[in-house]
Amino acid sequence: MALSRADVEKVSLLARLQLGPAELDRLTGELGRIVDFVEQLSELETREIAPLAHALDVANVFADDVVKPSLPRDEALANAPKRDDECYRVPAVLGE
Amino acid sequence: MGSVSTSATRLRDDLAAGRISSVEATRACLDRIHQVDGRVQAFLRVDAEGAMAAAADVDRRRSQGLPVGLLAGVPIALKDILCTRGQPTTCGSKMLERFVPPYDATVVRKLREADAVILGKVNLDEFAMGGSTENSAYFPTRNPWDLERVPGGSSGGSAACVAAEMAPWSIGTDTGGSIRQPAALCGITGLKPTYGRVSRFGLVAFASSLDQAGPMTHSAEDAALLLEAIAGHDPLDATSADVPAPRYTAELDKPLDGLRLGLVRDHYGAGLSSEVEAAVREAVRIFESLGARTVDISLPHSKYGIATYYVIAPCEASSNLARYDGVHFGYRTDEPSMLAELEAERRAALASSGDSARAEAAVAAIDSPLVRLYRRTRAEGFGPEVKRRVMLGTYALSAGYYDAYYLKALKVRRLIRNDYDAAFENVDLIIGPTTPAAAYRLGEKANDPLAMYLEDLYTVTANLAGVPGISIPCGSTAAGLPIGLQLQAPAFQESRLLRAAHRFQRVTDWHLRRPDLS
Repeated sequence: MALSRADVEKVSLLARLQLGPAELDRLTGELGRIVDFVEQLSELETREIAPLAHALDVANVFADDVVKPSLPRDEALANAPKRDDECYRVPAVLGE
Repeated sequence: MGSVSTSATRLRDDLAAGRISSVEATRACLDRIHQVDGRVQAFLRVDAEGAMAAAADVDRRRSQGLPVGLLAGVPIALKDILCTRGQPTTCGSKMLERFVPPYDATVVRKLREADAVILGKVNLDEFAMGGSTENSAYFPTRNPWDLERVPGGSSGGSAACVAAEMAPWSIGTDTGGSIRQPAALCGITGLKPTYGRVSRFGLVAFASSLDQAGPMTHSAEDAALLLEAIAGHDPLDATSADVPAPRYTAELDKPLDGLRLGLVRDHYGAGLSSEVEAAVREAVRIFESLGARTVDISLPHSKYGIATYYVIAPCEASSNLARYDGVHFGYRTDEPSMLAELEAERRAALASSGDSARAEAAVAAIDSPLVRLYRRTRAEGFGPEVKRRVMLGTYALSAGYYDAYYLKALKVRRLIRNDYDAAFENVDLIIGPTTPAAAYRLGEKANDPLAMYLEDLYTVTANLAGVPGISIPCGSTAAGLPIGLQLQAPAFQESRLLRAAHRFQRVTDWHLRRPDLS
């Protein structure tokens, strides 16, 4: 299945990456070759095989529902590129 | 350097016996870093002050007869993907250039509790994606055996700093071979534990179902000691195995009578260099002379390992790396120029179209400021390999492709795991090469991502199946480059791996050889 430049452009929005024209061209070729390589998996008949998402046999791990101290707000915000006293700051989301 | 360079276990014993102080040992490492790291470039950040203070503290407590930890006073280097409280953790990425974690990874906490002395953070491929350390956003690390060659990756800094005797040992992480492959290329011992054996809390996630931290050392004996310090259940990591961790050092000398070694037929195909093959076959003969029996086995689906891995790992990565959005931490694009760019696009859309309906549609297609903030931040903060994998994973998980790629890969992952389960019915360990060839030249594979991926063919299957693997030095090429031997064991049988590796190292001296950096 050939990967088109339009596919790559669409994926770049889903992946939240801004890609220039040259990068889109290059990635279309590179990703296409990798996807072609991965296509070999379709040789295998796997209808009856259960997927293995995780190598360890653990199911849900529960913890007691106890309130414990968490990361102080100031420490949580310490690495934010832009913040005020309480919140992360982002460009206006609503309205123009 | 004396005892600092030969063995971490011996250094620990010398420290305990008072033959050397931790301040002296730490100073020796810092001197060595000063002397050779300008050429090797393993360290992203040396914390000389913190290390000397920790060393002095251990010496003081010891001199006062106070209790000290398992690794008291022994210096160590950490791959810069393990969170260190109050110390930068970059993941080799521009994205996290100024990120200072508010907590320690569990591995780091355990090392501090064991009184290890942390020398600093070492280089890696960005977010551990790569096999050469050339994908670091800062600089490539060099192979101490030949400075024109790569040290392997992604834990290239961890391997190079040990091989070059700047640290007696280090911690690396392994998602598809990132401990074992650089260990092989730098002539050291590298152990990837069973998935779940070592806590992943505070290990910055690349592919959560595959990542494991582990020891990178000169010997199996040292690896046993270091694993003992970092292994064990951790309530902060829900995927950490609630299985008691044995005292690996106490089990090292247990006999290995009648050891059955599985020789994988599929490993000796096209692409394996003749020098690596000869060294591995010689290592098998040595094991036979020690009483092991070899059994031919087949892992029929291992040839699909790379394809399976390069679906699953990028899918998990694309999801994990979604957190780098320029909002919560890390790099953020310049906002005024981003807003000016959007305004220019809006004007261009309006000007280029005569009728108002089409102009409106063109304007509507432009990113919102928040989406553009994300996209520009990530475009500027991530390097090419990370972008490639995020794109690949996003594509494979996107509507219409999920079943064909991700679900398919998970099913093949089950087949690969079943192969291991069947093989381990008849053998105790699987033996083979760690890599198809010795270290290649810097830049040699930089423009061919797929060729780089194919290097991982012997290592990725252990991550997919969750089993442990170790690489130990077993030879040298005509050009003097190290060759690695890989042993793999059933889940939670690290002790068996370490015992076999230790037996081998008692009758060989490959692990004692050091590069000449004079």
